[in-house]
Amino acid sequence: MTLLITHGHVIDPGRWNGEADVLIHDGRIKAVEPKLHAKLEQSASLTTIDATGLIVCPGFVDLHVHFREPGFEYKETIATGSAAAVAGGFTTVCCMPNTRPVNDSRSVTEFILAQAALTKKARVLPIGAITKGSKGEELAEIGELYEAGCVAISDDGMPVMNSLVMRRAMEYASAFTLPVIDHCEDSHLSQDGSMNEGLVSTELGLPGIPNAAEDVMVARNLALAEFTGARLHLPHVSTAGSVRMVREAKARGVAVTAEACPHHFSLTDEAVRSYDANAKMNPPLRTDADVLAVKDGLRDHTIDVVATDHAPHAVQEKQWPFDSAPFGIIGLETALPLTLNLVEEGILTLEQAVAKLTSAPARAFNLPYGTLAPGTAADLVLLNPNASWIVDPAQSYSLSRNTPFAGWTMKGRVEKTLVGGAVVYETLPRQPR
Amino acid sequence: MSFKHKDILSIAALSPEDVALILEAAEPFKEVSGREIKKVPALRGKTVVNLFFEPSTRTRTSFELAAKRLSADVINVSPSSSSVVKGETLLDTIRNVESMQTDVLVLRHSSAGAATTLARHVRSSVINAGDGWHEHPTQALLDLFTIQEKKGGIRGLQVAIVGDVAHSRVARSNIRALTKMGAHVRVAGPPTMIPPFLERLGVRVFHHLDEALSGVDVIITLRLQLERQGRSFFPSIREYSRLYGLTAERLQRAAKDALVMHPGPVNRGIEISHDVADSRSAVILDQVSNGVAVRMGLMYLLSQLH
Amino acid sequence: MDGQEMARALTRMAHEILEGNKGCQDVALVGIRTGGVFLAQRLQRLIQHVEQTEIGLGELDITLYRDDLAIRKHQPILKKTDIPFHVSGLKIVLVDDVLFTGRTIRAAMDGLMDLGRPMEIQLAVLVDRGHRQLPIRPHYVGKNIPTAQDEIIHVFFEEAGEEDRVAKLSSRRRAS
Repeated sequence: MTLLITHGHVIDPGRWNGEADVLIHDGRIKAVEPKLHAKLEQSASLTTIDATGLIVCPGFVDLHVHFREPGFEYKETIATGSAAAVAGGFTTVCCMPNTRPVNDSRSVTEFILAQAALTKKARVLPIGAITKGSKGEELAEIGELYEAGCVAISDDGMPVMNSLVMRRAMEYASAFTLPVIDHCEDSHLSQDGSMNEGLVSTELGLPGIPNAAEDVMVARNLALAEFTGARLHLPHVSTAGSVRMVREAKARGVAVTAEACPHHFSLTDEAVRSYDANAKMNPPLRTDADVLAVKDGLRDHTIDVVATDHAPHAVQEKQWPFDSAPFGIIGLETALPLTLNLVEEGILTLEQAVAKLTSAPARAFNLPYGTLAPGTAADLVLLNPNASWIVDPAQSYSLSRNTPFAGWTMKGRVEKTLVGGAVVYETLPRQPR
Repeated sequence: MSFKHKDILSIAALSPEDVALILEAAEPFKEVSGREIKKVPALRGKTVVNLFFEPSTRTRTSFELAAKRLSADVINVSPSSSSVVKGETLLDTIRNVESMQTDVLVLRHSSAGAATTLARHVRSSVINAGDGWHEHPTQALLDLFTIQEKKGGIRGLQVAIVGDVAHSRVARSNIRALTKMGAHVRVAGPPTMIPPFLERLGVRVFHHLDEALSGVDVIITLRLQLERQGRSFFPSIREYSRLYGLTAERLQRAAKDALVMHPGPVNRGIEISHDVADSRSAVILDQVSNGVAVRMGLMYLLSQLH
Repeated sequence: MDGQEMARALTRMAHEILEGNKGCQDVALVGIRTGGVFLAQRLQRLIQHVEQTEIGLGELDITLYRDDLAIRKHQPILKKTDIPFHVSGLKIVLVDDVLFTGRTIRAAMDGLMDLGRPMEIQLAVLVDRGHRQLPIRPHYVGKNIPTAQDEIIHVFFEEAGEEDRVAKLSSRRRAS
């Protein structure tokens, strides 16, 4: 079967940026060239998609999602999470191991891959645990996790507080060139904190999480990565200090990549003032100065990647009082427009914004996605960068509704998402979805 | 001027005029509490529910008496007798209570913002009787009432708030209320107990008590939560009381006739020495009796049709 | 009713109170805020002038006893009740400016009863305008003024910075 996407503006970061047609054959990219439609003969086996006025780019790659299965299927399943992913333009997602049981074994990894295969939406790539049960004590069977299909290791949400354990994890994982991800939070410093420590927490009387809780661990992890030579990936960078240290480490040649989440460059802790638990996430929303630093980091590529940290929680859980509600927000369906805001603000070019969502994350985890190079899987997004829409959590494909962006007008909409050459999502024009 | 609020959630949400009106409204109720028959029919047929998710005999009793002296029907719900333990959300609990046609919900909860969040979802008036470290607005109002009664006014007074400001809803409400009404507020405590950017709320921060007390008209001492020692907020009770305890000798540094206040219950010999607690300067019991009058005034103001 | 007529009526009422109570032994005056307080103060002066002896005077705010409290949109501002004597055993003369439906007097009696057990409660009003809704009858009346239901009777006082007089306002709009 052959598919031709015509008349679109193709952005394949580093490879193409301009009008072109994309030819897909048997689920793989065959060619990206201008005016292919004029050269190809019409035939019954050729399907055409007219992408006039749209941007055609590789499907987005999200290095950081929580799909809650197995164990918390009332929050999200691999099926609902994948549906939300493709609706947001993400064709590949890497899911964190903090399920129940924790993904610290081949059986859980294989279960996740099997569930993902059933849904036939996004590609779901598991991230394995660093330590058994993510308890931070003994290493998980990292070699087996790698063989079973894990693309990185992390004890996300449960920072590895023991520096020796982290050293050993980095050393061990380097045998498989597996990236090591550490949720950078000194849990003694953050203690019972539920929001950024600053003027707003002082006024609201909420226990704070200081920037130092992140900075201390970023510093440690950078030191260990430099020492061990391991591949370190820093998720959800939220502080000016982290950005500065990553910038310095990269200048010294440390093998580190970093990601920022859309909420960390779109909101500050002022969003907490109404005690809305949908503004509660970890790391917390910080201050203007931190938001500026994160944007600077994205601009100068200190921060390589935009990832969502999509963290669904049930409505009733977010109705608990702020300090007892769980951390996290859903983010797959709002990431594109929030990232495009950076283009509007002049921080990134459109191609750079696309790269942060595609080629850069793929490179960080050595994934064969995020590109339209001939021979690669035909995972694509067709998007309209100028279409406006209003965020209505009730319309989300996620099983959960926890977003702080409810009611926001977003600019930039996914029109079609293809995985392996098959359309897995499309917006119905002028109809509520 | 009339009172336009449905709820009393924080001092931050009140204007100086609101505060003045509440203090004025409380005045006549002091007289009622002094009568032989301490009851007026103003809230006859209204239902007040005390929802205390955190134990507090004093505050609950004060609200209960206030409501009863206004002839309202009062019921007390506390966590042991509620279904919160069964995994019901706070909102479900409140909606259940409210279905019984309540008029005023008095809420005490260990989470900051609990009252604010609830008030958005219920028809009844909500009075915040303390939410985590956030606010305890009626405590600040009764403190202001007491200061006004003893000092004839609030504007221009020098007031020192001493102790664990970081974990104190009383401190937050008093800082808001006193600065709103024109007092000059100083806070004193170890740096571990002063939250960041506190000066931005219009106060001066001191770490040495003697400096903070110099010439002040009012001293509000905060209750020290002794369990904070284990979390390294202060090294020992001994050292805390040596550095931040109010003694007769230290009181000398304050202005003549300075008032000593405390939201209770007092850790005698820790925040305040015995002789100061029993001295003429201490108005701690006046605070308690004024508390009933202020809460009566508030409930009276809130008792308009919804 | 002008100032002179008001003064004459009050003088007569003072004498009637003394006559009705055979002097002023165990008698005290309680004015209902705000107009009733001015009248009670004047009656106190007149009585003390005649009898050359002190007579108790109190001020009563009936707001908390109003029967329309629960159905009003905004709560009236409270004034303090200030009765510097024990009411039990006394003959209390309640003083008000205008007697209309009788509801204010009902509230005032409830308020007084909550302060103690008066031996007797009597009622003195400057103007009785009729339209009673409760079985209440005044003991001492300055003047009966027949009115329509929707008319307004307003008493102006020197104490409030105005010229003494009683005015009948036909519209529902109150004079400022």
